[in-house]
Amino acid sequence: MGRVFKYGDDVNTDVLFPGKYTYTTMEPAEMARHALEDLDPEFSQQVQPGDIIVAGRNFGCGSSREQAVLALKYAGVAAVVAASFARIYLRNCINSGLPAIALPEAAKALENGDTAEVDLAAGIIRTSKGDFSFPPFPSEVQAILAAGGLIEYLRAKYAEE
Amino acid sequence: MGKTFSEKVFSAKAGREVKAGEIATLEPDFILSHDNSAAILKKLPAIGVTNLKYPERAVIVLDHVTPAADSKHAANHQAIREFVAAQGIRHFYDVGFGVCHQVMVEEGFAYPGRLILGSDSHTTTAGAVGAFAAGIGRTETAGVWVAGGLWLLCPQTIRLELTGTFKPWVSAKDLALTIIGRIGADGALYSAVEFTGMAAAALSISDRMVLCNLAAEMGAKNGYFPPDAVTAQFFGEPGGKHAHLHSDPNAKFVEKLSFDLGALDAVVAVPHTVDNVKPVGELAGKRIDQALIGTCTNGRIEDLRTAARVLGGKKVARNVRLLLFPASMRVYRQALDEGLVAPLVDAGAVWMNPGCGPCLGAHEGALAPGEVCLSTANRNFKGRMGDPNSEIYLASPATVAASAIAGEIVSPEEYF
Repeated sequence: MGRVFKYGDDVNTDVLFPGKYTYTTMEPAEMARHALEDLDPEFSQQVQPGDIIVAGRNFGCGSSREQAVLALKYAGVAAVVAASFARIYLRNCINSGLPAIALPEAAKALENGDTAEVDLAAGIIRTSKGDFSFPPFPSEVQAILAAGGLIEYLRAKYAEE
Repeated sequence: MGKTFSEKVFSAKAGREVKAGEIATLEPDFILSHDNSAAILKKLPAIGVTNLKYPERAVIVLDHVTPAADSKHAANHQAIREFVAAQGIRHFYDVGFGVCHQVMVEEGFAYPGRLILGSDSHTTTAGAVGAFAAGIGRTETAGVWVAGGLWLLCPQTIRLELTGTFKPWVSAKDLALTIIGRIGADGALYSAVEFTGMAAAALSISDRMVLCNLAAEMGAKNGYFPPDAVTAQFFGEPGGKHAHLHSDPNAKFVEKLSFDLGALDAVVAVPHTVDNVKPVGELAGKRIDQALIGTCTNGRIEDLRTAARVLGGKKVARNVRLLLFPASMRVYRQALDEGLVAPLVDAGAVWMNPGCGPCLGAHEGALAPGEVCLSTANRNFKGRMGDPNSEIYLASPATVAASAIAGEIVSPEEYF
């Protein structure tokens, strides 16, 4: 089980990964150090592999920048659970192989100090506040997540051809 | 049940009936990318593919950090130029041509009924001329480059009915911010936003671009104006050519809202969210350090005319830096032809090169701790333009120009 880091509504891509780094910072460990920098400067020191981010509505709103997903992934975040996601951010999570679960009940119930883990295959978030189930992703999306991301999915596809 | 515009475009592209809520794999007519092409092209070796499937469908515009701010950015631009040459990408626009979303419309890539995807959230801007245009991520842009298409969810549609006419000092930017303030930053999440009504039909392509650009700040997948007489005139075509793309009268709309343009006044989006919208009067006396007119939201000739009208014969306040970023070199050239450049220089404005400027905080006017910027751009997120303790307020070109003179946020009413 990972620990829960709880945030509010409209967590945007600029606080997830500031724009000033977008074209120059590409090394994973350095990207991880800037994750959530302008919202929670302590986050990158405290996060450990397997931890879960829980937030309110419209998580990831703003820019299409994928580093806003990758910075979390590289920091060790195992999944993001939110009341809702901005649409490009959700696409970027799927394409990067970071599980993003839109589930208002879980997003509301979980707080800092809780623990949680996401079982994608079973469609269940197991937490210290009990289990929450979520509907399965569409088959196109499941195939990409199962491959570990879009790059891996396409690599397998073109390797076959 | 009739079809919405989105359902019509999806069905035509998929070659089968696609309804809102269904997923289809579609090939876009054009796939846009910008400075981030440097990161996207690095994904091709990871996929194990060398070449683009359709190089003629790629449009690459350098605009985000142009000219290069430092050697790292310069190396990115260099890698893109080499890639463009190696792939034979014809639609490449180098430093100074303009902001990518302006280029998509000016150069005719955006067109009624076309599907346009771009690795930038404000790709929605192309909906102004009746395209279905949506932003996507970098990795999936690489996916479109090599595979030609990707999965898309056909969105439900929210219809915004516009009536009335603006007061002289009120503009499409005030309308867009007012809409966002009412429905929220996620008010149109995953949805298409359709602008209709007598007042929508009367709006210029420039105004339509403002609204479709800011549809992204409503959370929308795309925003669009049904192609009409104004669109036809823009393309030099007979009217009614694209009427078949219009949403059917009996199509399903998940929500219908109406806005009376005549009832609106100038507004400002206050830090740190775009839906934190207040009447300009509530901000009276708010001191500003920097004023910015430009970007993909408000850098068109109409916006520069407004700036010249307000600032002509006046002076920018001593404590304010006013930066002007034309949305493209064509816009800048037209501003020269129309005599807008000299009076703005005389007023104390700083003309910058066409491009995104400091909108994303990378260069050309980033903010120091505690500084306040009043901008015509589209985002006021914490730290976006530089230091996390700076503040960004968003407003119309008229409000920014009037406030630059006053040195604090004021209504532009007295200038009209």
